[in-house]
Formats: sequence, structure tokens, C-alpha cells
Amino acid sequence: MSSGFMTIPANVWIILAGALVTYATRFGGHLVISRMKRIPPRVNVALNAVPAAVITTLVAPGFVQHGAAEIITLLAAIVLGLRLPMMVMFLLGWALVVALRAAGL
Amino acid sequence: MPSSSSAWAGIRDSIPPSMSALPFGLLFGTLAFDKGLSLADATLMSATIFGGASQMVGIELFRGGVAAWLIVFSIFAVNFRHILYSASIGRHLSEFTFLQKALAFFLLVDPLYASSELRIERKTPITFAWYAGYGIFMYFIWIAGTVVGYEFGRLIRNPEAIGIDFLLPIYFLGLLLGFRKRQHWLPVVLASGVAAIIAYLTVGSPWHVGLGSIAGILVAVLMPLEREPQDDPVPASDGPEDMG
Repeated sequence: MSSGFMTIPANVWIILAGALVTYATRFGGHLVISRMKRIPPRVNVALNAVPAAVITTLVAPGFVQHGAAEIITLLAAIVLGLRLPMMVMFLLGWALVVALRAAGL
Repeated sequence: MPSSSSAWAGIRDSIPPSMSALPFGLLFGTLAFDKGLSLADATLMSATIFGGASQMVGIELFRGGVAAWLIVFSIFAVNFRHILYSASIGRHLSEFTFLQKALAFFLLVDPLYASSELRIERKTPITFAWYAGYGIFMYFIWIAGTVVGYEFGRLIRNPEAIGIDFLLPIYFLGLLLGFRKRQHWLPVVLASGVAAIIAYLTVGSPWHVGLGSIAGILVAVLMPLEREPQDDPVPASDGPEDMG
């Protein structure tokens, strides 16, 4: 029976361990916070800032890791996104980056 | 149950981000094929980790002969941000049973987190039906994308030419603008944007995510508190809009 255990390939163990630590991050934050009887105001302010803070870091490299076409697209997307529904902005942004790249930027 | 709280509403709300994530599922499948992973391994990864960036990092390291613990640690580091999501969104899931929470946290990917926060912003309750509809639909799209990408992704000769590689920044930018009414939004965005770019150019990816986020959150914490309640117990939510 130990041979059945041993024949599971290393890749599978690594993937399952990766899944376990990922699940720990997704459940862990809640476990920590829910143990507090009440949430201090500063902690509450911090948690409310989380979405903008994190999502910004996912966008920011777009300004430096590519070129002019991508910078123009992001700037245009900010202007469009302040006026149009998100999906419309998304599709226009997509079209714009394809067009600018085709134009050689 | 109002129509905006049903599982169908969740599926409907998850169509744009699912379609946006699909190319990345396809890309992941294609990369997994290129890196010599089996279809079973690639599918297992998508089905159990369910986190695009960390899966990309994972398959990148698989081929490099990197120590197993280091691969697992890298996956953990890339997914570390979910601790913040979990802490923030967990306050609004008090109506969920333990098993519902167990499933909800498994499904807590970036778009589901962002859409949940947007729901709180709009004072719409987060129902389990809506949440599960959204998350499970994305989950199956992600797995389907992995399998299809593995089999056929090789046919995409030039993803840059059709802008595939740049869809995620545009998508996340749209989400970010959705939060612009929130307290301290602009200072938080500027701080985390500048810090993320500096970190990206110096220590490199994926550290810019953690370091940039910390900078933005610090700025929010250092702002003067508005209407600070002195001795009143602070409610376990961030306002009267919480229906939990």
C-alpha cells in the first residue's frame, strides 16, 4: 500500500501543496479578522482601502512594461471609464490597443 | 429573492470577467503544453489552485528544476493578496453557513472579490446563490479554457497582434474606476501605483503587488479618521449597508 502512495508523481504533490497554501490565503484572512470581537477603526479604514490598493498594482506595470501603444490605451481607458459603462470601455480599450499596435506604436 | 440576488444574476455578472479570464485560461493551457506538463497536471492545477498568475509562475518553475518547496512558496507569495481579500470580504459573509464559507473562500479569485466589493459599494446584499453562481461559472470557464488551450492554443501564433496579453490591465483598470467614490481613493491609488512601479522596476514581479498594496493601505491608515467613534463598539462591518 505504501507503493501506491509512492507512485503518485512529484508534480501532483507540488500542485496539491500549491492548492493548499492558496486555499489557506483565501480562508486565512477571514479567520484572523473574525477572531476579533470588534474591528478597530484604523483596521476598518485599511480594509476598505484594500481593493483600490491591490487592483492599482495589477494595472500599474502596464504603464512601464510595454510601450507607447499601451500607455495611450490605459490613459484613454481612464477617460472613457469615467464616462462609459465598464464593458464598453473594455471593448474600446481592446480595439484601441490592437489598432495602435497595428499602426506600429 | 430579488433577481439581482439569484444564481442567474451571479452567472450574468460573471460573464464579462469570465470572458476576460478565458484567454488567460487558454494561454495557461498553451504554456503548460509548451513546458511539457501533462494535460492531467494542467487541469489539476486549474481545478485545485484556480489562480491564473500563480499557475503561470508554477509551470514556469516546474521546468527549471527548482526545489519543490520553492515552487510551493512562490505560489503562496503570488496568492498572498488573497489574505487581504478574505479579511475584507469575510465581514460581509456572516449569513453564510460554515460549508458555504468554505466553498466561497475556495472560489475567491480577483474578479469575484472585486465584484463583491462593488456589490457592497452599491448596498446590494451578497447572497450565497449570487456568489456561487458567479464563482462556479468562472471556475468551469477557467478549466474549460485550460483544456481547450492545451489542445488548440498552439494555433494562436501571435497573441500580441490581437491584444490578448493586454486585456487584463484594461479590465482591472475598469474595476479600479468602479471604486472611485470610496474614501481616500485617489491618494491610495497614487501611492500604490507609484510604489508598485518602483517595486516592479527594482525588485521585480510579483513583489510589486504586495509592496504596492502595502503603500496604498498605509496612506489610507495615515489619513485623519473621519467621525471617529470614541467608546462605541465598532460594528463588524463598514457601515449600515451591510446586510449580513
